[in-house]
Amino acid sequence: MTWYIIVGVVVILIILFIVTYNRLVRLRNQVKNAWAQIDVQLKRRHDLIPNLIETVKGYMKYERETLEAITKARNLAQQVASSGPAVRAKAEAELSSALGRLLAVVENYPDLKANQNFLALQEELTSTENKISFSRQYYNDSVLSYNNRTQMFPSNMVASMTSFKASEFFEVSVAGEREAPKVSFT
Amino acid sequence: MLLLVGYFLGLYFFDSGIGGLIIALVVWGVMSLFAFFRGDNILLALSRAKKISRDDHPRLYNVVEEMKIASGLEKVPDIYIIDDPALNAFATGRDPNRAAVAITSGLLQKLNRDQLQGVIGHEISHIKNRDVLLMAITAVLLGTIVILAWYATRILFFSGMARNRRSSSSGGGSGQIVILVLAIVLMVLAPIMAQLIYFAISRKREYLADASSALYTRYPEGLASALEKLAASTSQLKSANKATAPMYIINPFRKKGMSASDLTSTHPPISERIRILRSMAGGASFADYDQAYRQVHKTSRRIVPASAMATGAIGLRAAGLEVTEKEPDEIQRARETSDLLWRLSDYKTITCDCGTKLRVPPGFKASSIRCPHCGRINPI
Repeated sequence: MTWYIIVGVVVILIILFIVTYNRLVRLRNQVKNAWAQIDVQLKRRHDLIPNLIETVKGYMKYERETLEAITKARNLAQQVASSGPAVRAKAEAELSSALGRLLAVVENYPDLKANQNFLALQEELTSTENKISFSRQYYNDSVLSYNNRTQMFPSNMVASMTSFKASEFFEVSVAGEREAPKVSFT
Repeated sequence: MLLLVGYFLGLYFFDSGIGGLIIALVVWGVMSLFAFFRGDNILLALSRAKKISRDDHPRLYNVVEEMKIASGLEKVPDIYIIDDPALNAFATGRDPNRAAVAITSGLLQKLNRDQLQGVIGHEISHIKNRDVLLMAITAVLLGTIVILAWYATRILFFSGMARNRRSSSSGGGSGQIVILVLAIVLMVLAPIMAQLIYFAISRKREYLADASSALYTRYPEGLASALEKLAASTSQLKSANKATAPMYIINPFRKKGMSASDLTSTHPPISERIRILRSMAGGASFADYDQAYRQVHKTSRRIVPASAMATGAIGLRAAGLEVTEKEPDEIQRARETSDLLWRLSDYKTITCDCGTKLRVPPGFKASSIRCPHCGRINPI
């Protein structure tokens, strides 16, 4: 009788272990996938920038510094493209604020605002900016639920036994990023 | 209806209702399976929806992609446009990888980007929460209950009658009468109850989709103001389908002045949904929506399943994260949309030098066309 109970408890524990382990794996994959999403969108923004510079260059005679700042920030962001979330977030924030400065002065160039090519680019840029923030939002949500699992009892026991480590958030660390892209064209 | 037909056919051919009933059940099963596997295509075809690609309407495509990213879906659903001035949208597809969202051209004209985002977020969450599947299963289960109840009462009814006739001379038919009454009550009530349950589940999923939309966009006001515009419009969707009504953003069959606690509706009243969204002061999480719901309804019942609320506090969208461009206004949006619709029906659009837009029908043979406004000859 006692044997049955012991075997039963062990079986239940093993099943619980497997379930918890699988859930951790799923959450970790979700975090990885979410990170890949951010990556796609950041790359997309990098790819949009040469096109944008090419389009606005002809119109913006007096904004050389702004354009150079964007190119510089983009190159820097591309260099750290394989680093961790914290480093990348900082570089991308620089780029965001440089872009914000450019879009802020568009108002002074009515010819540019009438350019179809620029309007299409602007839509793409706005949407990419949105997609970056949505993918970051999804990534951070995924990291939160994954980290909760790795740190809360009892799943933390499974996590530490099978070396699941908490993930890093993709946080906006530079104050500039929070304000800079706030651009009004009206 | 189908069952009745089957029953009487069976009565006619097999001398008993049961054979016909089985035929009807089989036919019904095949039909629901068919509806389940091919229903989305049929529905899209019925509503004369046209599929669009990224180049046809970049803004709409981008908004859908943004919501796909926010919800964590794997694939961007197909996007369809319905040429209809009514304001509505629906989602379809039995699993997230074979899903589609369709929106009316009226909606595309009337809503700005934030509002469109809210509506698409609502539809995407129908896909993400697998509501199409859920509602199909619910319909099948409840339908089975109705059939069984109907069948059971039939047996009771007829056997009761037969025995009644035989035992009438010996008296004591009161037991049969009770059964008869019960049977009739059941027969009448079962389908009604099934319908009410179906509607209740549908309304609950609508609330959940609203909550998810707020969670994805982090901006409940977008969906709230979109719903406001939807409520204000009076035109009804011509191609709506009763079976899929739960998938629309607002009930396509709604009548004016529907009462607030309408039990026979697939959707909660719009004014109430708006009020809940607007009461989400603290944040955009499910818990915040739930709190707003309870505040508006003054109840302690929860509307979002507790299992979904595990995540921590989620703030509303920080105003500064967005590039607020000057958006195309309603006239521009209307032009965009009508250009799109002409293109989708294979018309060519030529802009004459005087600014007139010439729409060339698909069957047009000549190689040039004269502008009726200024008289210039435009090559095609």
